[in-house]
Amino acid sequence: MERDDLIEYSLHAHHDDAKGKQIRSKIYKVTLLLTIVTIIEVFIGATIKQSSDWWSAVKITFILLTLLKAGYIVMVFMHLGDERPYLRNIILIPYFIFVAYLIFIALVEGTAVGSVWKTMWQ
Amino acid sequence: MAGHSAQLDAKTLWGGKESPFQTSYGKLMMWFFLVSDALTFTGLLIAYGFTRHDSQDAWPIGEETFNSMPFLGHGYPLLYVALMTFILIVSSVTMVLAVEAGHRMDRKGVTKWMIATVIGGFFFLGSQAWEWSHFIHGSEFGKIELNDGSVAIVKGHFGEINSFTVIEAGKKHKAGAVLKEDLMHQFQHAAEAGHLEAGKIHLADGSVAKINKAADHEMKLIIKKDGKLHKVGGKEIKGKQAEKLYYEALYSGDKHRVIYGANMKQNEYGPQQYAQFFFFITGFHGFHVFSGVMINILILLGVLSGTYHKRGHYEMVEKTGLYWHFVDLVWVFVFTFFYLL
Repeated sequence: MERDDLIEYSLHAHHDDAKGKQIRSKIYKVTLLLTIVTIIEVFIGATIKQSSDWWSAVKITFILLTLLKAGYIVMVFMHLGDERPYLRNIILIPYFIFVAYLIFIALVEGTAVGSVWKTMWQ
Repeated sequence: MAGHSAQLDAKTLWGGKESPFQTSYGKLMMWFFLVSDALTFTGLLIAYGFTRHDSQDAWPIGEETFNSMPFLGHGYPLLYVALMTFILIVSSVTMVLAVEAGHRMDRKGVTKWMIATVIGGFFFLGSQAWEWSHFIHGSEFGKIELNDGSVAIVKGHFGEINSFTVIEAGKKHKAGAVLKEDLMHQFQHAAEAGHLEAGKIHLADGSVAKINKAADHEMKLIIKKDGKLHKVGGKEIKGKQAEKLYYEALYSGDKHRVIYGANMKQNEYGPQQYAQFFFFITGFHGFHVFSGVMINILILLGVLSGTYHKRGHYEMVEKTGLYWHFVDLVWVFVFTFFYLL
């Protein structure tokens, strides 16, 4: 028996040629951006040494650039930016809560373990 | 892409019958799977950071370990990994183009871009295989324990070994014979076993040979473990002094003074955990890429046979696309935390 209570949501994503052209130009722009960011990262990584005074600033730059790249991949390539806010939140919020907790606990424990090790070797 | 359903109010969305997310079951479950998989990778990378923080300066820096290019040799810090990153980004782009073509029911477009994505995936896997083999095989210098007990990794250009001239006959080789085959392998094997002494090598058949080797260039020692004289993070040891310290240790005749390459027990790059994390994180990611390529091939077959076209939508391409972009996403983080920082 054919069911009539199922809604085919995937059809909502269909679009015409004009919209397609627009989406493709956005994709190419994001590609260019991701490539440029990667080139910048490698350039910085290859020129500035870890012993340099600038290193802590470089570290933060790397992390920010990575988050920028990740944001574009998730929001544009994975279309999360085009989904309903409900869906976006149910994916992003639990993830960030867990990750924030994991980073917090790793830092606290890491500091504790580090101080124990220091006293052990003295 | 919520399309025309964007106008629905909250009451309709949450009133039953409709999906409040306006998404199909399959796509939603793919997202939930990706969140859990993302947490796994997050855990791995945080464990990596934790361990690295413990070891401080002894931990190798990406550009020290990964500075080779296929066919070109050494001296290209991070370029190869950057190339791998670029390959994966490009294959992610071809995937998103396939998804876009699917939304226009353009079967030819989907086929074209899916094939490109599969090719990109194979390119990435090949690159990773090359990198693993290079990592396991190691450098020509290896990591060495110097005479004062400190441990150093060695950078520079290794002078080629031209031949061995036998000076004391053994079971196989006569005195005066000049050996030209498998030199590097025998040399490294002897170095690990402590069979090198003052420019001479003790071969497996009991003979002793003189090593005819070209001079090394631009040798540099980076201390990774404190000894009596040399400390981690101390002054760089370069040139003649580096060569003196290196060969004193190499030709000391002691066992286990030098380590070449990497395995699960030891590696020439830094602390033991370094190689284990390398194998596990890049291996786990590589396995994701491999399964992604296999799934992409299956979906490509579905596209070619017209299954999705008959169905009226290409959502299967979109769902695998999500997985494939996720693999790219993870690599962006691995690239930063494993190679750059």
